Amino acid sequence: MNDLTTILSSAMRLTAPLAFAGAGEQVAERSGTLNISIEAMMLAGAFFGLLGTSIFGNVAVGFVVGAAAGLAVAVIHANFSHRLNANTFVVGLTLNVLLLGLTSFLDETIDMTPHQAGVIRIPVLRSIPVIGEPLFVNRWPMYLLVVVLPLSYWLVQRTRWGLEVRASGEDPQAADVTGIDVNKRRRQSLYYCGLLAGLGGAYLAIAEVGTFNQNMTAGRGFLVNSAVIFGGWTLKGTMGGCFLFGAADALRLALPALGYTITPQLLIMAPYLLAILAMLFFASRNRKPAALAVAFERGIT
Amino acid sequence: MSKLVGLFSGAVSGGRGRRVGLYVVLYALAILAALALSALLVVLATDASPWSVFKAMYDGSLRDGAAFGLSLDEATPLLVVALGTILATRCGIINIGQEGQLIIGATFATWVALEFPGGGFPAIAATMLVAALGGALWAGIAAVLRFTRKVDVVISTLLMNFIAAEVVSFAVNRAYLLRETSVGGQLTVPQSDRIPENTRLPRIGHFPDFNVSTGVFLAIVLTAVIAVVVVRTRWGFRLRMLGMNPMAAASAGVSVAAVGATALILSGAFAGVAGGVMLTGTAFRLQPGFSQSVGYDGLLVALIARGSPIACVPVAFFFGVLRAGGGFLASTGVPRYLVNIVQSLLVLAALFPPVFLGLRERRKQLARARAAARMSDASVDTELVPA
Repeated sequence: MNDLTTILSSAMRLTAPLAFAGAGEQVAERSGTLNISIEAMMLAGAFFGLLGTSIFGNVAVGFVVGAAAGLAVAVIHANFSHRLNANTFVVGLTLNVLLLGLTSFLDETIDMTPHQAGVIRIPVLRSIPVIGEPLFVNRWPMYLLVVVLPLSYWLVQRTRWGLEVRASGEDPQAADVTGIDVNKRRRQSLYYCGLLAGLGGAYLAIAEVGTFNQNMTAGRGFLVNSAVIFGGWTLKGTMGGCFLFGAADALRLALPALGYTITPQLLIMAPYLLAILAMLFFASRNRKPAALAVAFERGIT
Repeated sequence: MSKLVGLFSGAVSGGRGRRVGLYVVLYALAILAALALSALLVVLATDASPWSVFKAMYDGSLRDGAAFGLSLDEATPLLVVALGTILATRCGIINIGQEGQLIIGATFATWVALEFPGGGFPAIAATMLVAALGGALWAGIAAVLRFTRKVDVVISTLLMNFIAAEVVSFAVNRAYLLRETSVGGQLTVPQSDRIPENTRLPRIGHFPDFNVSTGVFLAIVLTAVIAVVVVRTRWGFRLRMLGMNPMAAASAGVSVAAVGATALILSGAFAGVAGGVMLTGTAFRLQPGFSQSVGYDGLLVALIARGSPIACVPVAFFFGVLRAGGGFLASTGVPRYLVNIVQSLLVLAALFPPVFLGLRERRKQLARARAAARMSDASVDTELVPA
């Protein structure tokens, strides 16, 4: 029982960065951007989040700086691919290389002091057996999710802006005819994704680890892509995917310590395999936005 | 009307010289900006001077024969990956799984190179063929998913990259698969044995002078083949038709599934061959992280070259120069990551002028079309008024 609580706590901690970024990426994909620069956004959030914390001595400020760094990456990506119409994969891949290089380079040349966010222990609720500790004893930035997730849902499903975003992802030509500025909506949803991915990266660095390591996201950005696919482009499904992948990661770390032998490669590849299987078997339910990864260019009339 | 046509052709022919000039200026400005940003970073964050950094990169990539050969060696697999990618992009399929296809190809190739009896040319040929087979197989999975279950190629190929990395990690971690054999009870690391000397691609020239792996000739031959195939053959024409309008192609009798799947599988085969070239030409053994992002960079080369096989050659060489030059950075005390920064800033810089001018051109056309529409409206009005 105790082991289960430990694994669940660890799973929550590993899920949180994915959940922040996943909530953002889900919005971006609904608008029609298959954003593969989340990795870059998260790395930026992690490094500059810690840098901000280290300069101002305050974790909250660090989170703001981290989100801003993620946003900065998104601004470059969005304007190159949804204003200048450059190929989104070229821009995304290039930004991944750029941010991996930049953060590793600066990490070797700048000294930063380690910082970590404080733990919140919610009284009473924390003593619920099994799930009490994983859910109610966490570093405080985890509870930003309580705001971020409903906000993301409300934005996409309950506002006019969200309707326009979804229209841009499903049928950009039709959306354009009704007067929606498709590329603007795509840029804006990418900005939102950048903010949240920056928060996710910052969570990784200043909430859980306390320091920055080169390439510390280690492919988590692509994991987020898989989670959105696995979740059938819904927020609920995406979060389910994030938790499943976080739990797989937690198991990979915990099982050897508990005396089980496992094939680590199988657990690492499991999320990607699950995402493909989800597309194979739930294709009718998990329908992708029709214009996902299709650039939009207005006709000349 | 004829006056209008004259106006148009005049604008086009008179504008060409100016447009080329504008291109050159924009490229120069964008590249200068990228280099200036990199230099600024060096000045702000390190003790080295930007000049010494650029000189080190030049020394490592272009200064003498040996360095030049190194750049060519780095460019070779990039070019091969890019050529395959072009087949897919031409027919509108976005394969972003070259990284995975390359490393699976290299894994298959390692197995053949280690097991093939004898060595020499037959061994190398077999290694390359099986490398192609490995890459084709990995892309084939995506093709089957696409054309039987409608799973998006972009998504499946992206996801398969990460699965491939774990497959390779699994293979080099198992003694009964590819993990190196222990000599005299020594500890082994997760990597394959080195492939025997006689299964490596021969080199031309010797170290202090110009020397290069013969893989580069393979890449050049493949470039010529692809350049002819996509422009001069019926199959190449079908590819292009499919890319431009799949519905029109289908009604003209092109089998969307057959042509598309072949293109995707071939692009995987090319990525696999690139893995084989890396194995037999420079790396000689399989390790986790073997691919060093060559798959992703090769994809970038193809996308920057905008589907032209010939344009891939200089772009791949440019990437090769940066990769080779980066190896020399360590000597200046600047973290080698700088080369990633320089490379990606240069890619963004190279991206900027064509898309910017394209946008400008479109805006102009739009304005012209609107003006023409207004003019014809006006003429209709004047005709109507007397009646």
